[in-house]
Amino acid sequence: MKIRLTFWRMAAAVILVFFAIATYLRFTRGLGGVTALSDDFPWGLWIAFDILCGVGLAAGGFTVAAMVYLFGWEKYRPVLRPAILTAFLGYLMVVFALLYDLGKPWNVWHPLIQYNPHSVMFEVGWCVMLYTTVLALEFAPSVWQRLRWGKALIIWKRITVPLVMAGVLLSTLHQSSLGSLFLIMPQKLHPLWYSSLLPVFFFVSAVSVGLAMVAVESYLSHRAFGKEIEWPILSDFGKYMVIPLILLAVMKGFDLLQGGGFKYLFALSLETGLFWIENLLLIVLPLVLILGFEASDRPRLLLMVAFMMVGGFILNRINVAITAMDATVRAGYFPTFWEVIVSVGVVTTGCIIFGLAVKYLPIYENEPLIERWARPVYVWPKRSGEATLRVK
Amino acid sequence: MLIDTTRCVGCMACQTACQAEYGFPEREEPKLSATARTTVEEQGDYYVRRMCMHCDVPSCVSVCPVGALTKTPEGPVIYDEKACMGCRYCMVACPFEVPRYEWDSLTPRIQKCTMCYHRITKGELPACAEACPVDAVTFGDKKDILALARRRIVEQPDRYVPRIYGERIIGGTSVLFLAAVPFEQLAFKVELGDQPMPELTWAALSKIPEVVTLGGAFMMGLFWIVDRRNKRARENGVTKGEQQ
Repeated sequence: MKIRLTFWRMAAAVILVFFAIATYLRFTRGLGGVTALSDDFPWGLWIAFDILCGVGLAAGGFTVAAMVYLFGWEKYRPVLRPAILTAFLGYLMVVFALLYDLGKPWNVWHPLIQYNPHSVMFEVGWCVMLYTTVLALEFAPSVWQRLRWGKALIIWKRITVPLVMAGVLLSTLHQSSLGSLFLIMPQKLHPLWYSSLLPVFFFVSAVSVGLAMVAVESYLSHRAFGKEIEWPILSDFGKYMVIPLILLAVMKGFDLLQGGGFKYLFALSLETGLFWIENLLLIVLPLVLILGFEASDRPRLLLMVAFMMVGGFILNRINVAITAMDATVRAGYFPTFWEVIVSVGVVTTGCIIFGLAVKYLPIYENEPLIERWARPVYVWPKRSGEATLRVK
Repeated sequence: MLIDTTRCVGCMACQTACQAEYGFPEREEPKLSATARTTVEEQGDYYVRRMCMHCDVPSCVSVCPVGALTKTPEGPVIYDEKACMGCRYCMVACPFEVPRYEWDSLTPRIQKCTMCYHRITKGELPACAEACPVDAVTFGDKKDILALARRRIVEQPDRYVPRIYGERIIGGTSVLFLAAVPFEQLAFKVELGDQPMPELTWAALSKIPEVVTLGGAFMMGLFWIVDRRNKRARENGVTKGEQQ
């Protein structure tokens, strides 16, 4: 275990060194100096992976929060904080990566003062900004608990439910809107991917992969921090995933039949191949394994399903933003070494911060524990003996 | 602005005049670039100007998250580099693939034809229209230009195909083209249809109020039911505990 950690630490250090060089090059040579982007292909890996995948993979935050707070399923609380931390860091990394991709990152705040309600990206920008704030607030109790700031916790408890509701609405809006970004260019996306249902596809696939990410994150935390995996919870999530996945399969099927995509389904081309791999990994194999092989009750198989879905999801977003676009524009875009390094470096940074958060904040403690020590101080403040808890 | 491809001789005077107007190096560029806001492409026996079409319902204006692109009442679509944050959505969304980017700059800007907005508001002609030696470019109000184009087709039916490119395509454009052969032979995008592209986005975007109200109401109802059930369960639990 110790050697393992050292290996990963060294790998992280090497990545960060290259990431620093990439950062230097990006901000001294401009986008043209480090990316394979061109006038024919203005959006590349940073949009496809860092933005589309980053936001999508962070969807576990709002789904688990909704399950615990809105549906009242207290039994899932053990995975709530890690899921919210994953989501919060995910969104911070999305914004971080956006600063690399924008030509003039210092103008990133302009949507605050310059409104264009007809722009999908304007809406996504606002939603991401507001939802990152919501996530910061949802995550804040871990910090307050660490600081033993009981009063904040009690105030927080009152706003939790509206906060979670706002989070669900904002997530629904911008997860789907990331798909709407591509609605305006039917002529530029390959028919296998273009659909007027793109926003729905993006939302439903994000919901299902959000749950898969909880399993992936549990496994990685187990490997990195020796944390116990909450198998009963993951098993339930495995069963829930079936619903959005079937929905996705049915909608995509009908859409292919109705739209022009069907005839490309059995063509011999790179696009068709990638389309099949994407959907096998994201939809077909997980459904077969969960429904036919009881994968949700078999830990190893369940983890395999989760990793497959995450892989298929990443491929889906890359396919929409790169494969489908290049199929019509024929710019032959392929990311440069530095583009890949920035993407990998951003993920590494997120992982390191996650590790630090786990080390210094009570991420794996359940919330009822908080109440136990917060309540005596503030609900019955006259008990002098309890007040010491506050300064401890 | 009307461009008559049957008159154009491909002399590139329009490109040179444009480059001079905007301080770009005056060299021949076959493709649109960050230093060539217009160009002339050879298509078979004809020459075709390439430039911003100045759509009546422009995709670029609709997608820009910071409103850096504006459709002016006079017709031109103009760009405000101070507002731009460099997301390049306009480039991705443009059905004619017109906006170009200063990729190697550290303060990159979008470059696209503005129909010389600063000149025409002073009553001058766009640089390209002024420079054209064969009168292939006519500048004027869209109404007059459209009438002129129709008149040319009626008066010389042998010279023109009976279609004005830009009259209806994706909701109409402020740059109109006349041609001697069907437009698809000149690499014009005829497959785009007459529906303005931003309507495709608006179909989804306009549903936001419904999603928010219905979603919000659903969640509040759900929470009310769940919360009530939980409270009852707790009260029952307490009473049971006391009885024991």
